[in-house]
Amino acid sequence: MTIDWTHFTPWSSLAGGMLIGLSAALFMAFNGRIAGISGVLGGLIGRSASGDRLWRVMFMAGLQLAVPLWRMAHALPDATIDASTLELVIAGLLVGIGTRYAAGCTSGHGVCGLSRGSPRSMAATAAFMGAGFVTVFVIRHLGGA
Amino acid sequence: MTMRNFFALLAGLVFGLGLILSGMADPAKVLGFLDLAGAWDPSLALVMGGAIAVATPAFAWARRRPQSLLGAPMQWPTRTVVDRRLVLGSLAFGAGWGLAGFCPGPALVSAASGHHEAWLFVAAMVAGMAVFSWIEQRAARPTKNHTGDMK
Repeated sequence: MTIDWTHFTPWSSLAGGMLIGLSAALFMAFNGRIAGISGVLGGLIGRSASGDRLWRVMFMAGLQLAVPLWRMAHALPDATIDASTLELVIAGLLVGIGTRYAAGCTSGHGVCGLSRGSPRSMAATAAFMGAGFVTVFVIRHLGGA
Repeated sequence: MTMRNFFALLAGLVFGLGLILSGMADPAKVLGFLDLAGAWDPSLALVMGGAIAVATPAFAWARRRPQSLLGAPMQWPTRTVVDRRLVLGSLAFGAGWGLAGFCPGPALVSAASGHHEAWLFVAAMVAGMAVFSWIEQRAARPTKNHTGDMK
């Protein structure tokens, strides 16, 4: 294994992570809820209990508002999206269905679940990280690309 | 706006700013972490470490509270069983994550930044969630209604 020192951003990633942790802390302290993106969004899709939607919309609006707010002070960091159209569609479907069956994603299981010591979230995090490692290995090192 | 909705907005905003600052809104950076055999970018581990370092003591404190600071019920997840749904769902999620470098939060932020590829991913992700919702509703429908559905 070689470390990619040119792209490694220890301080901004640590600080960004701490903000994500702060968001999870705020949401539990004030709203009594887990700040899991797939769960918050998923509750808006299909039939969910009435009166249970507005806070989800507000959370999603806050997430989106981060972009214009950031732009008022800085340019957004570069983003490179290499996946093809077909790959994006397949990946989106897998992420949408998978996170709902798993009842959580990187935030709900990876951050909130691990922070409360949940064995389910440890299993979920191991499974999605493992699948991510294997998928990238197959595409980058075994595939034709 | 109620206080709870205000804090939902604030939590979403802080979450989004954290994602942008962390670099995780860039799929290339996420894939750099998932590529253990290539030039490995450990940044994502620090994002999770930083998040967990802040959330763990906050959750330990919140655990002891009968209700939230705004009087909302504490909705801690109650399931404890590691079942097939959890594992297979997580494996599918991880495969999609590795394929495009997007998980739900960063994809939504990237879409808000105007990346068309992220719009496509988010549309497919929402469709996937709708499929889940549809399957679950069918499974939950009372048995007496099933006769009308069978052809």
